[in-house]
Amino acid sequence: MELNNIDKLIEKYLEAETSIVEEKELRSYFSSKNVAPHLEQYKYLFEYFIIAENETMPKTVSLKPRKNYYKWFTVAASFVLAFGFYTYNHVKPNTQEEEALLAYYQTKKALQLVSNNFNIGAQKVGYLNEFESTKNQIFKSNK
Amino acid sequence: MTQTAFLNLVLPFKDKMYRLAKRLLVSNEEAEDATQEILLKLWTNKIKIGGYKNTEAFAMTMTKNYCFDRLKSKQAQNLRIVHNNYKDETTALQKQIEQQDSLAWVEKLMQQLPSQQRLVMQLRDIEQYEFSDIAKVLEMKETAVRVNLSRARKTIREQLIKKHNYGIK
Repeated sequence: MELNNIDKLIEKYLEAETSIVEEKELRSYFSSKNVAPHLEQYKYLFEYFIIAENETMPKTVSLKPRKNYYKWFTVAASFVLAFGFYTYNHVKPNTQEEEALLAYYQTKKALQLVSNNFNIGAQKVGYLNEFESTKNQIFKSNK
Repeated sequence: MTQTAFLNLVLPFKDKMYRLAKRLLVSNEEAEDATQEILLKLWTNKIKIGGYKNTEAFAMTMTKNYCFDRLKSKQAQNLRIVHNNYKDETTALQKQIEQQDSLAWVEKLMQQLPSQQRLVMQLRDIEQYEFSDIAKVLEMKETAVRVNLSRARKTIREQLIKKHNYGIK
């Protein structure tokens, strides 16, 4: 093939003005053994095109839809969410109530203790009344 | 439409879809998944297949759009870059390594192009589509296809010359 022709084709090729036939011509030229030294860099390009064109898909196509387990994730997530809401709305107030009840009993117990002891103290104060009445008798008799 | 009829219709361009997907998504597995997914979509909508003017162009457009969607999606971070192993038993080892290197280099250069140019180059230089078909697949005007192709080819040429002259000039 004329070298001049190839040079012209390359020019056209770079301007994207070559036809498919002309590009095939270029391909066959660059896959041959004797490529002009000043065009050697294009050799890899066209060799690559040929190799890339022959690449095939390694896997065979199956027309059965793939089982999509991911959609069950949403179901699981909604369950978890519902459970979370349930525990948040029901269980948490219960523990609070229990705690409040416990606090109430403890306070009641403590107050009872205080009142018992206070009553004991008050009984002891009763003796003072005795002292007072006796004193009154004495001071009354003196007057 | 029977399954075999569908497969016969689809098989001639199945590998073209795969190569287009791989050009955009880089990874082998991703490209396989994309091809599989689109063929499955075509199969589930098989009633409409008669209505398409050009099933191949339609499938290629679907592939392109699907790949862009994949790249935009959150899962795109998981895409891996996988290099191909080019096998050529006829040449000597030294030569083979050199060649492999140069061919991988071309692939890398193509990968660096903007995606639109990459697509045009894939369809024209590798799949050898006519400009009118490329325009149909990419939903572009023919002149825009030519401009993109010319730019892509010139960029690749510049890079190749740079690589070729490395260490000489």
